[in-house]
Amino acid sequence: MADLIPDLGAAAGWLPLVFMIVMGLAILAYVVLDGYDLGVGLLIALATDAEKDTMIASIGPFWDANETWLVLGVGILLVAFPYAHGMVLGALYLPVAVMLIGLTLRGVAFDFRVKAQAHHKVLWNRAFVAGSLLAALAQGYMLGRLVTGFDDDGWSRAFAALIAVCLASGYAMLGATWLVLKTDGGLQRRAIAWARRSVLLLALGVAAVSAATPLVSREIFEKWFGLQNLIVLWPIPVMTGVFFFIAYRALRRLPLRLDNDNNYGDWVPFATTIGIFGMAFHGLAYSLFPYIVLNRMTIWEAAAAPESLMFILVGTLLVLPVNVGYTIYAYRVFRGKTRELTYY
Amino acid sequence: MNDVLLLSRLQFAANISFHILFPMISIALAWVLLFFKWRHNRTGDPRWMGAYRLWVKVFALTFALGVVSGITMSFQFGTNWPGFMETVGNIAGPLLAYEVLTAFFLEATFLGIMLFGFNRVSNRMHTVATLLVAIGTSLSAFWILALISWMHTPAGFEMRDGVAHAVDWWAVIFNPSFPYRFVHTLLASFLTVAFLLAGLSAFRISRGDETPAARSALRVGVIMASVFAPLQIAAGDLHGLNTLEHQPAKVAAMEALWESRAGAPLVLFALPDDERRENRFALEVPYGAALILRHDPDGELSGIDRFPDAAPPVAPVFWAFRIMVGTGLLMLAVAWAAAWQLRRRRSVSATTRRLLTWMTFSGWVGVLTGWYTTEIGRQPFLVQGVLRTADAVTTVPAGNVAVTLAGYLVLYAVLIIAYVSVVFHLARQASTADAKRGEPKAHGPAVLPSQLAGEHAHG
Repeated sequence: MADLIPDLGAAAGWLPLVFMIVMGLAILAYVVLDGYDLGVGLLIALATDAEKDTMIASIGPFWDANETWLVLGVGILLVAFPYAHGMVLGALYLPVAVMLIGLTLRGVAFDFRVKAQAHHKVLWNRAFVAGSLLAALAQGYMLGRLVTGFDDDGWSRAFAALIAVCLASGYAMLGATWLVLKTDGGLQRRAIAWARRSVLLLALGVAAVSAATPLVSREIFEKWFGLQNLIVLWPIPVMTGVFFFIAYRALRRLPLRLDNDNNYGDWVPFATTIGIFGMAFHGLAYSLFPYIVLNRMTIWEAAAAPESLMFILVGTLLVLPVNVGYTIYAYRVFRGKTRELTYY
Repeated sequence: MNDVLLLSRLQFAANISFHILFPMISIALAWVLLFFKWRHNRTGDPRWMGAYRLWVKVFALTFALGVVSGITMSFQFGTNWPGFMETVGNIAGPLLAYEVLTAFFLEATFLGIMLFGFNRVSNRMHTVATLLVAIGTSLSAFWILALISWMHTPAGFEMRDGVAHAVDWWAVIFNPSFPYRFVHTLLASFLTVAFLLAGLSAFRISRGDETPAARSALRVGVIMASVFAPLQIAAGDLHGLNTLEHQPAKVAAMEALWESRAGAPLVLFALPDDERRENRFALEVPYGAALILRHDPDGELSGIDRFPDAAPPVAPVFWAFRIMVGTGLLMLAVAWAAAWQLRRRRSVSATTRRLLTWMTFSGWVGVLTGWYTTEIGRQPFLVQGVLRTADAVTTVPAGNVAVTLAGYLVLYAVLIIAYVSVVFHLARQASTADAKRGEPKAHGPAVLPSQLAGEHAHG
């Protein structure tokens, strides 16, 4: 592996590494942020009409900005790793199209469902759920294809399908715990029940993926199961387990506290779910590095010219902290339990 | 032309045509909303808040469509034109990155506060959020038009091993066609919104809604249209002269000029025949093209013959250009007629209102045909003189492209119909709501809380 990594002192060495980290963080931010609103989109299928309105109000002010992280993630792939961009998106042509159609459907259903004629609302609600489901499944499928290096045999495709279901249940978990944090009353109780179901599904999924990954990819197996690697890597599975435990316990205790009008700890399930996603992402990043397309192209082979990367890096360092700053500001403006959204 | 190339071009054209409809509204509409807000802050007149209330919903809907179709665009570069990023990624990448970093996050984040934050932040902060959204939309236009212009008039770079490398970023961004294209596009956006405002307000008034909110929005729309239409024609002329200097083949196609000659006529109507390289049924004004483009009846113009294997198809460019100019002239005539009536009688006649209502989305016709003129006019190149479209196309099977193309087309057709009908539905709803609220007092409360359940919006 060492021979794959060039001199990191030179600009052509460290710049791609920096952009890989920025791209990774952007994709993680996307998965967590759009993940909870996609998850809410999935759960809409289970909710009553009044609950639907509150659920959508809880994500209304944020979803536009959440999806922008996807544009940033793909943007960096496009900009910093132009040679991988074509290869990755060419190989994922159909799932990408499915995801885009899904994202389009749900993005517009959001607005149409309250602005269109009343009798069309049911239709747009369905489009919202369908779009969220398509996008979540397509993203999971793409992730699965990426992990197997776009192998075309049946096992690899089945593995990708498994990840698709896992990611969708992960999003459902994020969405449910977001609702636990952002709503109250009957909806909050329902969200707890949804979260308790999806936490089991997600745990099952993570276990299955962990078991299957080494089977479909020999390289990844070797990376994880050498002795010295295990010593360094054990925190990842252990922390994941701890987060699952805390989330599960919090979801069991919350209803008792809510009976006494005590909202203490309503943020814990959401925060630990983010932790689970963070750990999974970390493990994935370790599995792939230094490749951007497994076994075919390293991040350095895929990178754009150093002078172009430098030009973007300056802007990124100047602008991204500002973006993060006003994103936090926007979340603070809409902090607390969701109230009905009005334009005034 | 092979199948994948044709299908990829059709798919990209479908996606970008659909996408551009919405930014062209949201860019100028953001500034119009800021104007409504500013007027309300200054005068306390509730009519401006009434106008804001309707138009902010149209904005939210438009913006959402722009965002989701824009996400599609960011993927299409890689899925359909991998050769584009591989060859000019060092130039295109940073421009796109700056668009995302400086514009997308800004507009998307403050949109939430602008739409739903009125009760949660101060009025001043709400106005600032509206301003930041407006700046974001225009900044986004700045970066993407810098890139598009660079594809027409590349500058500030050198080719090394078949890959473009930037040597002067200032020259890359402010490339020769950028200032013209930027102004022409922004004016197009304002003109599109002017007719949207005027058309929808005329529709409301025709339905018996004589509220100050509807009348003021009509007035703003008509004044905007009558100011921006002539400015746009002037800007378009300058843009055309710039194109003549840098992309003469495109101008030859726009004028359907097959052979280079002095004193070329202006072809008013013709059926250009790309096979036989001649015009059928031509109706011409002698020396017209030479006069317009060279300001000299004996001026020399290059024809298609001077660009063997490097000229665009003539018929689509010729027709797109004529429809665009025709739309522009019609807009000018209608705008001035309406402005004249407003000045004389403080209202517009029923006929003019009907005309304005029919022309609610006329801006889209001008935008799309203008877009086709310039983009088809750049063919067979993707980046003028640097990269041919055929060399950048994807290698995915044609079947995949065909299937997804069909999917996109169905989706877009449904969404355009839904968008237009919902915009008119919102206008009807606003009229009903304003009527129930009654005529606002001359100086009502500074903030009108919306009391009507029907007005609560969640998305």
